[in-house]
Amino acid sequence: MSPVSTAGSRLIYDALKASDVRLMSALPETWLVHLVRMAEEDPDMILVRLAKEEEGVGISAGAHLAGVRSAMLMQNHGFLAAINGIVSCGQLYRIPLLMLISQRGSFGETDPWQTEGGGVTEYVLEALRIPFDRLEAPEHVGKRIAKAQTLALSASRPVALLLCRDLMWAD
Amino acid sequence: MRRLGAIEAIYPELERSVVVTIMGAVAAELQSIGHRPNFFYLQHAMGLASSLGLGIALSRPELPVVVLDGDGSLLMNLGGLTTLARYRPRNLVHVVFDNESLLSVGGFPTATSTGSDLAAIAKAAGVPRTTTVDTLEQFRGAFLAAQSAGDLTTLVAKVEAVGPAGYVTDLSLMENRYQFARHLRERLPKE
Repeated sequence: MSPVSTAGSRLIYDALKASDVRLMSALPETWLVHLVRMAEEDPDMILVRLAKEEEGVGISAGAHLAGVRSAMLMQNHGFLAAINGIVSCGQLYRIPLLMLISQRGSFGETDPWQTEGGGVTEYVLEALRIPFDRLEAPEHVGKRIAKAQTLALSASRPVALLLCRDLMWAD
Repeated sequence: MRRLGAIEAIYPELERSVVVTIMGAVAAELQSIGHRPNFFYLQHAMGLASSLGLGIALSRPELPVVVLDGDGSLLMNLGGLTTLARYRPRNLVHVVFDNESLLSVGGFPTATSTGSDLAAIAKAAGVPRTTTVDTLEQFRGAFLAAQSAGDLTTLVAKVEAVGPAGYVTDLSLMENRYQFARHLRERLPKE
């Protein structure tokens, strides 16, 4: 059985549904497998599997302009790969992107190749002035996702939630 | 064929569509013919116009969506063609004006000048309808056929590497963005 937390993923998925998210773009990675499967099995969710994360910015921007709330699921390396789109579409056009970023590479990480992205992700978010919060425990999930969505819409700007190891991984 | 002439040739058909363009010459030329509230010009984020069109097309399958792309932009998001093909929005016509050049930054040649074939790439990515045209008559005919086909089409139009004198227009990015979103809201099906 995969040590990725099904319970943590379910809480996140339910909170996104409660925030009226109807379209989700995703580039799967280990921590996101349950979330992607939940979206896949939900007949009311439009799931868009991407070739590269930056596409998700355009798709979410189109969904927003068309009146549909969306979320982007990606690893922190995917966030790093999407930055030009986030700046030159999301920020330039004041698009309320809701980005859920798996925060690989923090304490407890066993994959050597994941260890660089974790160290820079929060600094890059700060440099971009993107408001973010961390989801580390089950009690964070519902409230922080709802609040992130509220700020994204009221400020009309991208926001990010970091999906952290203690929530996503049942060690 | 000149791109301005090509856009003029399909301009009447754009009235009922939702149109997303790339930055630079395409945006400036469409505005020079006449801006409408159903036109959105993505004035940066090169490559993402087709992704943005896909987001609209999937969110609002009742709307006919037209993306006016370019060779330089599409070459920055070739992977997006596989995503377009995968979800195959029947309501999206993807036009690519291919002038084999990054015209607005000085005309440096792109890889289509050395043989890369964007229609063939789209076809191999799985786009069900693809074609390349060289003349205005062919372009208008292929565009009308794409609009009535009811399936995803990538239509590559070979055009001359000429453009307008300038690219900045008096339509601000934010004005365009909010006007376009309001237009799409007003076209929501009535409950």
